[in-house]
Amino acid sequence: MKHLDEYRDAETAHRLAAAIHNEAADSGRRYRLMEFCGGHTHAIFRYGIEDLLPSNIEMVHGPGCPVCVLPTGRLDMAIRLAKRDGVILASYADMLRVPGSKGQSLMKARADGADIRMVYSTLDAVKLAEANPQREVIFFAIGFETTTPPTALAIETAAKKGLTNFSVFCNHVLTPSAIAAILEAPAVRELGTVEIDGFLGPAHVSVVIGSQPYEFFAEEYRKPVAISGFEPIDILQSILMLVRQLNEGRAEVENQYIRAVTRDGNVRAKQAVSRVFELRRDFEWRGLGHIPYSALRLKDEFAAFDAERRFDEPYIPSEGIKACECPAILRGAKKPTDCRLFGRACTPETPLGSCMVSSEGACAAYYTYGRMREPAQ
Amino acid sequence: MCHALPVKIIALTGPDTAKVSLGGIVKEISIALIDDPKVGDYVVLHVGYALAKIDEAEAERTLALLAAEGGEALAEFSAAGEAIEAPP
Ligand code: SF4
Repeated sequence: MKHLDEYRDAETAHRLAAAIHNEAADSGRRYRLMEFCGGHTHAIFRYGIEDLLPSNIEMVHGPGCPVCVLPTGRLDMAIRLAKRDGVILASYADMLRVPGSKGQSLMKARADGADIRMVYSTLDAVKLAEANPQREVIFFAIGFETTTPPTALAIETAAKKGLTNFSVFCNHVLTPSAIAAILEAPAVRELGTVEIDGFLGPAHVSVVIGSQPYEFFAEEYRKPVAISGFEPIDILQSILMLVRQLNEGRAEVENQYIRAVTRDGNVRAKQAVSRVFELRRDFEWRGLGHIPYSALRLKDEFAAFDAERRFDEPYIPSEGIKACECPAILRGAKKPTDCRLFGRACTPETPLGSCMVSSEGACAAYYTYGRMREPAQ
Repeated sequence: MCHALPVKIIALTGPDTAKVSLGGIVKEISIALIDDPKVGDYVVLHVGYALAKIDEAEAERTLALLAAEGGEALAEFSAAGEAIEAPP
């Protein structure tokens, strides 16, 4: 037999839930566990995992959704780049509906005549450049550590092919920096973040970076981390691991997703990234503000492929819609239901903020699965 | 964009490329990020690149779950590479 059938899965899930209740229900404390990754947020709502937990365990939704954390000003830059003469902007499909300033989006720019293409892979963007030598092809690169190696390889491929009309608008960001920003004391004071007791670590990001980068958080901030797969049973098992660590006063990095995550991660992928990229001194995140050394830029030797250096396009910070609570939601300080636009003016069909656009965003997950459970008092 | 899918390598097509199959649909992907890829291996596919090898049982489990979910991620796979035409 190759896989457990649904019955066994459900049975395992209930067994794990019972174990969590046993460990947590009478401990007299609260457990605020942040799932960093939007994929986990989606799964937690999709499978109703919060309904299986005792009321003193609260899942806090983290900022691990690349579409959600990209500040409006960077999206505006992409729109301006796309509108330049002779430019083809290649983008992952998720970005098309993200609201920019003044009601703009890539989708609207496209309707107004900008040449914007959806690509599935960075290599499609390189192919576009080869097929259109008289045009400037700009790849709108966003994402955490899973999408960065593909961007690095595309740049190296374009360099090898001698392409002079391919460049990358780089918005790659780093998971450990975002976790550090959430844990840093000054950020807690200035931004009103919540106190977090432990982290559910992302699965696929960790496939690339390994479990080692989280050791710092466990040691330095005394916060346990459990790297978790995306299936309901994975998530429940990881929650149990965190509860046990907290009850025993331990703060370690545990790896529930041992099937694909090693301590060192994917060395080839990490090498590709370090050949092409270097740390950016400063990057603004939606919700988390400016975080030093939290994003990547192209190294000088690849400057010719860097859209920001090639086209003099300034970054103009922009706040987006005032009433949108995405920033506080991304820090775990508010819930989507705290936003007065939620489900009224703002729905997945008419998103006003990034957290409603991406299926990994907390607002979209709340809306889609209709879960409104309030935290325990 | 954040979806990752387990797929099976059915042919090696170049030093860094392979054909993979999922639900009867065949696509070419990059295998430049994994060590020693072989026909029959299951890999985690993310934005056109294999990120890691996984074992078959794990792959089958995840696929069963995705199929039960209605297949947003699977639809993304089948549409891959077909959306790059110029706008009308
Ligand atoms: S419901 Fe819409 S407007 Fe409100 S916080 Fe979420 S994305 Fe922003």
